[in-house]
Amino acid sequence: MSQETLEYHWGKHHRTYVENLNKQIVGTDLDGLSLEEVVVNSYNKGDLLPAFNNAAQVWNHDFFWESMKPRGSGGGKPSEDLLKLIDRDFGSFEGFVNEFKAAAQTQFGSGWVWFAYKDSRLDVGNAVNPLRSDEDKKLVVVKSPNAVNPLTWGYYYPLLTIDVWEHAYYIDFQNRRPDYISMFMDKLVSWEVVNSRFEKAKAAVEQMEQEDERKRRQEEERFTSDEAPANAVFPDSDTD
Amino acid sequence: MAARSLLNRKTLATVLRRDSAALGATAAAHSRGLHTFTLPDLSYDYGALEPAISGEIMELHHKKHHQTYVTNYNKALEQLHDALPKGDASTIVKLQSAIKFNGGGHINHSIFWNNLAPVREGGGEPPKGSLGWAIDEHFGSFEKLVQKVNAEGAALQGSGWVWLGLDKELKRLVVETTANQDPLVSKGPGLVPLLGIDVWEHAYYLQYKNVRPDYLKNIWKVINWKYASEVYDKESS
Repeated sequence: MSQETLEYHWGKHHRTYVENLNKQIVGTDLDGLSLEEVVVNSYNKGDLLPAFNNAAQVWNHDFFWESMKPRGSGGGKPSEDLLKLIDRDFGSFEGFVNEFKAAAQTQFGSGWVWFAYKDSRLDVGNAVNPLRSDEDKKLVVVKSPNAVNPLTWGYYYPLLTIDVWEHAYYIDFQNRRPDYISMFMDKLVSWEVVNSRFEKAKAAVEQMEQEDERKRRQEEERFTSDEAPANAVFPDSDTD
Repeated sequence: MAARSLLNRKTLATVLRRDSAALGATAAAHSRGLHTFTLPDLSYDYGALEPAISGEIMELHHKKHHQTYVTNYNKALEQLHDALPKGDASTIVKLQSAIKFNGGGHINHSIFWNNLAPVREGGGEPPKGSLGWAIDEHFGSFEKLVQKVNAEGAALQGSGWVWLGLDKELKRLVVETTANQDPLVSKGPGLVPLLGIDVWEHAYYLQYKNVRPDYLKNIWKVINWKYASEVYDKESS
């Protein structure tokens, strides 16, 4: 990835998103929130607020730069734990690479492709999977258009991303997006960063599971006590 | 629609002048009753629109991007042609996005090449006659139209097109945008494209980098209003 590309991509595109976002949120409800909160709030369940494009693109580009390392600065590869899941969910490391490349080539128009750890949870407050297993958590490759990212979908923990907006590769590769993708996968991905994101994701998911378990036990204890809760309803009651 | 006649203009004779691999497929497809498409030629050299649009961009845009849309559109049509008589509903439905992307890309770019002309062939000369009057009537002035198109084009997130169109039903001019390669008709069945400006990054990046507004400001110098007027006169009669 040439210096010229970085000067424009980071120095102009990314910088402009940051500056415009700051201008947009000053004095509004979004001012003072963390970047992730701004992204999720302005996504507004799909009814995008004006700040979304800038906020999401700032987050996406931060994540993108951190996903890469300079050529030749040590190989790095997926950790043992991560590789085990890659083998389980994609068949093999090559299988994962091929799926990631295919997704990046077929994202039409502008967008991003993500390698993520997905926790299967229903997006409903009280939905608890009673038979949780490791199968519920999988590694996936997903595409998103324009500025959309997995934060907006909930329960995705992004591990790696590639920018497939044309500005990401046009100076170096012109229309040859597949060459850009191969170069990125072969030479730029920082597996150290991906591995550490994976560890954090696993820890976060485990913490949520423990929380759920704790809440479930509290509910159980409440109902097995002699006093029924004041607002209990017994629809199967025989009287009336 | 003038644009559609452009697409169908390639006769078998013209097709046979192309390279053998493509010709083989196309001739065979023709004989099976499937019309496939070929990349239309430009009526000007790649460098003829400079300095507004560089020759490097024009060559990549035409020879690579548009050609790829044509190639992939034909591939999708072949697959559709095979799936239809079999009643393979899931394949037929699955192909729709490839047809929309690539067919739309072919349609839109075919219009775009006609929307451009070198300065010495009238590129940049503002519209006269009925289209000129219609622009004044609907937008106030030619300058106001340019401002509106530029504003909408610059504000478009991601990839897409900004259009000056004729709404045949309401008998008025409109400025619209479409995402990705969606053709103008996807915004309303009665809409006829008069002028489309490609705001995908590939249309300007090598020359203007991230400064899409500069590209929009400069492209007016090579807009071929003669073509837009012809389409307008034909469709508004």
